[in-house]
Amino acid sequence: MRIGAILRPALVLLLLALVLKPAWFTPVFAPLAPEGAPVIYARSSLLSLSLSHLGLVAAATTAATLVAVTLAILVTRQAGEAFRPLSRTITNLGQTFPPVAVLALAVPALGFGAGPTLVALFLYGLLPIFENAVTGFSTLPPTTMEAARGIGLNRWQRLVQVEVPLALPVMLTGIRLSVVISLGTATIGSTVAARTLGEVIIAGLLTSNTAYVVQGGLIVGLFAVLIYDALVQLEAHLVRRTGG
Amino acid sequence: MSPPGLLFATLGLAALSAPFMTLAANRIVAGEGVMAWAVTAPAVTLPGVAVIGAGLLLGLPSEWPRLRLAGSVLGLGGLLWLLMQGAPQLLEGAGDYARVSPAIGFWCLLVILMLLMADSLARMAPGPLARGALLAAVTGALALILWSGVLSQLSILQEYASRKAAFADAVLRHLALAFGSLATAAAIGFPLGILCHRQFRLRGTILPVLSFLQTIPSLAMFGLMIPILGWVGDRVPGAQAIGIAGIGFAPAFLALVLYSLLPVVGNTVTGLASAPPAALEAARGMGMTPRQRLLRVELPLGLPVILTGLRVVLVQNVGLAVIAGLIGGGGFGTFVFQGLNQTATDLILLGALPTVALAVASAVVMDILVELARPGSGRAR
Repeated sequence: MRIGAILRPALVLLLLALVLKPAWFTPVFAPLAPEGAPVIYARSSLLSLSLSHLGLVAAATTAATLVAVTLAILVTRQAGEAFRPLSRTITNLGQTFPPVAVLALAVPALGFGAGPTLVALFLYGLLPIFENAVTGFSTLPPTTMEAARGIGLNRWQRLVQVEVPLALPVMLTGIRLSVVISLGTATIGSTVAARTLGEVIIAGLLTSNTAYVVQGGLIVGLFAVLIYDALVQLEAHLVRRTGG
Repeated sequence: MSPPGLLFATLGLAALSAPFMTLAANRIVAGEGVMAWAVTAPAVTLPGVAVIGAGLLLGLPSEWPRLRLAGSVLGLGGLLWLLMQGAPQLLEGAGDYARVSPAIGFWCLLVILMLLMADSLARMAPGPLARGALLAAVTGALALILWSGVLSQLSILQEYASRKAAFADAVLRHLALAFGSLATAAAIGFPLGILCHRQFRLRGTILPVLSFLQTIPSLAMFGLMIPILGWVGDRVPGAQAIGIAGIGFAPAFLALVLYSLLPVVGNTVTGLASAPPAALEAARGMGMTPRQRLLRVELPLGLPVILTGLRVVLVQNVGLAVIAGLIGGGGFGTFVFQGLNQTATDLILLGALPTVALAVASAVVMDILVELARPGSGRAR
C-alpha cells in the first residue's frame, strides 16, 4: 500500500498535534463553536484524558487476554472438554449483549467512576479473545502436532513451543477486535464519570458545542484507526513469520 | 455427573447465601440486603429456597439433558415465587417511597439457572423450529408474568408504571432505529456487494473504506453526524421538513446505517463468492445468463452467509441504538442515560434489560433464519 506509507505518519502527526497542541486548531474549530463559547476543550488536558483512556483500555485488554487465553487453553485440553459447549454458548450469548448495556449494568453493582468501565471493558473484551483463541487452538495442523509429539516434546513444551506460537495470529485478531470495541466503549465510560476522551464529546453534546464534539470525536477516531492499523500490521508480520 | 452442572450447583448455593432482595427508603439511595429465606415468613420462603436448591441438584446428572432442563425451569419458578411473595411483604409498613428490588443473589441465580438451561439445550441440539417454539414459549411466559402484575411491586416496574407512554414511545423508536437502519443498509449494501463481487477493483477500494468506518468509536460517530446533518438541515431546502436536523433521530439513524454497511457488503461479497466452481460451471453449461446465474445459483447458495451479515448488523444496531439516547434520538438509551444522571439504578435497568432481551431475541431469530436458509436443512429436508 503506497498510500498507507504517506497517510500513516501524517495521521500520527495530526493526532499528536491534536492532543499536545490543541490551541493550534483554534482557527479550524472556531466556525463550529457557538458564538462566544470556548473553542478548545480546556477543562482538563487532552493529554491526561488520552492517557487515562488508553490506560483503561490497556489494563482491561491485558486482563481479558490473560483470562481468556487461560480459559481457552483449559477448554481445549481433554480435561476441560465438558465445558466446551457451555463456553460456546456463553460467548455466543455474551456477544449479543450490547457494550453500553454491560456498562450500564455494571454501575449499579460498582458505583460510578473508572471501576464499572474497567469491569465492562474486561467482560466484553473476554469474548472475542476467547472465541478466537479457542479457534486457534482447535484448528492447529494435525501433522505439526503429530511431529511435536514425535520429537518427544511433553504436553507443556508442546503448548508453549508449538501451540501458542501457531495460534498467535488468530488470537491477535481477537485481541484487535477487543481493543477496538474497548476504545469505543471507554468513550461511553465518561457517562459514568470515568476519565476518558468521551468527556470532551459529551461536554460538547451537553452545551451543543460542536467544536468539542468534533475535537473529541477526531482524537478518539484517530486513536482507534491507528491502533487497529498497527495491530493489523503486527498480525500480518506474525503470519508471514509463522506461515512463510 | 456433569462438570458444568457441578459448577452451577456450587455457584448457585453460594449465590443463595448472598442478599436476595434489597429494601431502600427511596428510588435513589442504596438499600439494605435481605436474605432469600428472610424476605417473608419462613413457611413461604423455605419451599421457594428448597425448590431452587432442587432445581440446581437436578442439573447434576449429565446423561439426562431433559431432567436438567426441567431443573432449570423449576429453579426459575422458585426465583419467581420468592420475588412475588417477598416484594409486598417487605414493602408493608416501609414508607410511601420505599422501593424493593432484586439483589445480587437473585441476579446471580438467574444467570446460573439460565446458563444451566442453555447448557442442557445445547446437549439436546434442538432444530430451528424447536428453537423458535422455545423462544416463543419463553417470551410468552415472560409477557404473562409481567401482564399478570405479580411483580408490579418491584422497583423497576414502578419506574415503568410512572412512564408507560414514554416507554411505549421508546420501544417504537428503538425498533425503528434498529430495523430501519438494517433495511436501509441492506437496500444500499446488497447492490454494492453485488457490484463488488463483479468488479475486483471496486472491492479493493470499498471494503477498506467501510472497515475504516467500523473502527470509529460509536460515540464519536454519533457526535460527528450532528454537525454534518445540522449543516444539511440548514442548507438544503426541504431537508428539515422531512426531519433531517443535527439532533435527534436523523444523526442516530445515519450513524447506524454507516456502521451496518461493512457486515452487509462484506458478507454479500463472501456469500456470492462461496458458490462452488462446479455449480457455476454447470450453470454456464446450461446456458444461463450472468443475471440468471446470480439469481438462481450464487444468491441461493450465498444466502446463509448474507443472512449472517444481517444478523451481525441487527444485534449490533440494537445495542448501538442505546447511544441515540445521548443525542436525543430516543429509544431505550433515554432511560439508561436518565437513570445514570439520576443515579436511579432501576431506571437504568428499565432501559438496559429490554435492550439485552431484544438483542438476544434478534440473535436467536436470525440464527434460525440462517439455518433455514442453509441448503439441505429445514424446509429442504
